[in-house]
Parts: sequence; C-alpha cells; structure tokens
Amino acid sequence: MWYLCVFYHRLLDYRRPEVESLAELFAGSGSGESVEWRMPENHHADSPFHLVRLPGDERLAAQVANRSLLVKGIYELWGHGTTYEELEKSVKEYPDERKLPFLTPDSTFKIVVDSFGKVISSQKQNEIMKSLTYIPFKGRVNLKKSDHKFFVMETDDYGSNNGLPPVARRTIFFGREVGAADRHLLPMYQLKSRKYIGPTAMDAEMAFLMANQGLTRPGKLVYDPFVGTDIDIRVVRDGRGPDCNVWSNFEQMFDAIICDPPYGVRAGGRKSGGRKLIKGVKEPYTVPDEKRDNHIPSTAPYSLAECVHDLLHLAARMLVMGGRLVFFFPVLRGEDGAASPQYPEHPCFKLISSCEQILSFRYSRVLLTMVKVAPYTEEIERVAEERHLEFRENHQKWMEEGNLHSAVFLPAQDGKPDRESKPKYRGKYV
Amino acid sequence: MRLLTHNMLASNVRGATTGYPLKLEAAKWVTKEVELNADFIRGLLPKIDWRALVAATRALGLPELLPEEQPPEEEIFAEGAAGVEGSAIRRIHHALLEIHVQEGSLVCPDTSRCFPIDKGIPNMMLHEDEV
Repeated sequence: MWYLCVFYHRLLDYRRPEVESLAELFAGSGSGESVEWRMPENHHADSPFHLVRLPGDERLAAQVANRSLLVKGIYELWGHGTTYEELEKSVKEYPDERKLPFLTPDSTFKIVVDSFGKVISSQKQNEIMKSLTYIPFKGRVNLKKSDHKFFVMETDDYGSNNGLPPVARRTIFFGREVGAADRHLLPMYQLKSRKYIGPTAMDAEMAFLMANQGLTRPGKLVYDPFVGTDIDIRVVRDGRGPDCNVWSNFEQMFDAIICDPPYGVRAGGRKSGGRKLIKGVKEPYTVPDEKRDNHIPSTAPYSLAECVHDLLHLAARMLVMGGRLVFFFPVLRGEDGAASPQYPEHPCFKLISSCEQILSFRYSRVLLTMVKVAPYTEEIERVAEERHLEFRENHQKWMEEGNLHSAVFLPAQDGKPDRESKPKYRGKYV
Repeated sequence: MRLLTHNMLASNVRGATTGYPLKLEAAKWVTKEVELNADFIRGLLPKIDWRALVAATRALGLPELLPEEQPPEEEIFAEGAAGVEGSAIRRIHHALLEIHVQEGSLVCPDTSRCFPIDKGIPNMMLHEDEV
C-alpha cells in the first residue's frame, strides 16, 4: 500500500535509507530493498513530502514511523490538490469503504492543520477545518487522546529565495495518520544535557540514525572499534599475517559494527609502534625491566586509508553474514571528489546507502552502510588487499596523513571565504 | 572490567599461539547490580566461551556460581526463570555483567605476559619489542 510519508526537514540524504533500514528491521530480510518511492507531482526531491510503498500493512508503517528519527508521520492519503476545491474533489473520489470505518459514531477523532514553509493563522486553521464538512465525521472530537487523527497539510510555491526546496505548485494533502514519530529518547541523550562533552562526541540524533542503519535491536551484539580511544583498534597487524591479532578467536561475532573512524580533522588516528619501527628502519626499542610497569608504547600516525582498510578487514571477519557495517567517511567538497566520490570497497561487502552531511564549505562526511554478503576467506582477503592498494594509489592523496586536516583548515586564497557563490537554496545544509 | 570483557579478550603478544583464555588474577573486585535482560543474555550466550567464564568465576573464589558444563537452553530460558533467585539465568547474568574486577591482572596462557588491570581497565597495549 502507498502512504504519504512526511519527513522532518533535516539530514535530507538520510531520510529514505532510514525508512528502508527500518522496513528491513521490522519486516525481515529483503524488505528494505522492496520499499518503493515516488514524489508527489511537482515536488522537488528535497521536499519533506514523499510517497512510499512499504512491504507490509499499517502496523509496519506505525513501527517504522515510531522508531524513525526523520519521519514526522506516515499517513493514508485520502486526497490532495492544488486548491481546496481540488482537494474536496479528490477526497470525495477516495473509496468510502476506506474512509467510513474511521468516521464511525463510537470513535473519537481530531484534525490537525499543518503547513510546511509557511504559517497558517489559527483563525485560518479553523476555517480550513470547517471547510471539511464534505467528509461525514460522525465521531466525537477528542483533542488529547483520539482514536483517529486526520491531517491537512499545505505547502506553497514559496518563490525562489527563502532557502526551501523549490516547489513548482502549491499542494494540499489530507490524510489519516497511521504512524507518528516518537523522539522522546532524544532530549535524554542530547549533547547539551551531558556533564562532559568530548571533542569527538557524536550528536545524539546522528548516533540514533547510525543505530537504525545498523539494524540494532535488543539482544543484538554491536561493536564500535574506535570507542574511547585514538589508538589503533588492534596492535599492528602488518607483517604478522592475518591470523595473529587480538580477535583471532572471534569470527562472526557481531551483528553490526557502527563507528566514526578518526579521519584527522577533529581527532587523528594513531597506531601502536613508532614511525621508524613501522617503516622497518629501526629495530624495536627494548623496554628495560625496571620501566616495564608504566611504559607507554610509542605510536605513529594512522592514515585514513590504512584505518578504513583495517576496519573493512576486521568487519569482514567479525560480522555475521548479513551483518551491517555503518561508518563515516570524509569527502572534500567542490573539487573532483564531490562529484563522484570514491568509497572504499571490500569483496565481502555491498554498499547499500551513502548519506552526505555537509559539515563546512570545504568538506562533508558521508555515512556509509554496507552489508556483509560473502563469507571471509583468505582468497577474498587477497583480492581486498589488491583493491585497497589500487584505491590508495589512484585516489585521494588527501586521505594520507595530515592532508585532510590542511584541506579543511587552509585559509581561503583571498583571505576570506567565497560566500558569494553559496546558493540561496540550502539543500543538504539543513 | 566485567567477566564479559574478560571472555572476549586475548593476548596478542609475540610468541602467543591462541593467547586465550587469559588467566585472571583479581586483587580487588566489586559487584554492581544491573537489571536482567533475558533477550540480551539469549543473544550473548552463543558467543560466550563457557569454560573461560567458569575459570574466571573460580579465579574469583566463586566455585559455586556456575556449573562446569553449560546448562541446557531450555533450563536457562525457562518461563519465569529470570524472577527466581539463584536460577541459571540469574547466575549467568551476575557472572557476566555484575562482577567488576577493579585491580589485578590478566596473564597470557602461552607466554605468561602479565596485563595489569588498573581502576577497572585492563591495559592490553603491547610494548614495542613485543609486537
């Protein structure tokens, strides 16, 4: 069944993938892929109004909306039009057998008038509600706790310069709510309510989104290899063969790996072993016995390319089949990178979504969601190693140590950033 | 450090073959109550090395807490078991999640390298010459 899905106007790239992930979570394997989307007529892709077909009944729609961070509500669309006259015609044409069960005398209901990109005065809202007399409401009104909630939602053709997605024509929707957002967890975890905020603390809304992308639920085992540390997740792997690391006993351990690798803008990665040691220039320093107790081993910078490669390797081994790897990957904007960004690959993984969040004029971070589709074998690891070397050779010199940091913080050529070129329509900035 | 953490750690020191399970030597440990979540235990249990867990509880001087062999799932997840004092699921929950080792060490079974536990945090970092 097709529904009207109304989103909050934020994190535009993240909206559809989140709904697809939640469909997969609640309706089972393969359901995410079978979600279909359409845009209402004359709507820009960034509009908050989307039409969605979910692989299930209203209960699924309610579950998805309830768990989602970016869905405001999911509605059974009874009609729409560019004027209130057109709306009336459209609602009247909607079959009675779909409408009457929700208009019975023994039920309670309420009507909400909502708008996007403009404000409707309460007087006008009242007029709009009163104009709905062509719908045979028989139930009693209950504003606090009603059995059925109906929504009139209006958008305008805003003109061009107010920063909202360009909509060609005014549209009015009328629908019955089948599921609504429940963002009550958010205030509890948001950063401003914390006693201590570290430099790399993850925004709570984003953290919940990442958890949804990872299909987490009670009883699942999830791993964040970068938690609370800027030192390598494992001690140096290189040169010791793939079977000698801290985790060698734990193949297929986790249902999801969710993390934000240190890509060198807020915090840089470091790994065990000194610079010279890793290059093989120097023999390892032997710690004298009397100093062994409190010795802090030396570390060397850990380039993003290396770090992400190790992450993919680790995830390939430690995720169950069908398990998800969810992580952020930085992209420089405006240059060759932004048009067709190159993401790291691994033969065990299929990329199912990439959602950009613009962080500054210079760079973005992209949330990548990958699914483990092939079991880990030594043969596959050989292929992965080749692809990794190719990736590092051909792309993104900036992924190497320090380069991303300088690209992000480099002063503008003429001393001030080029603000003129920024378009009025903010798109993914929201 | 919970015994759950101990169950998942291995020594990676040069010369170690499996480095697992680490021998636990606890100088100080405390218990902190945590709400029991049967679904969480159900998801976790297949990933737990039972022998290592039992060895850890014995090392803490709790020989009665867990039996040598893992009880069958029907018994652990029997209806209402979570509410019964001393039931298998409550013992497993207690062992995995409520015991915190504050001070002590983890010893590599292959090389006897000793990893100190300081203020509840095991330091698994290897020195330059041990990698």
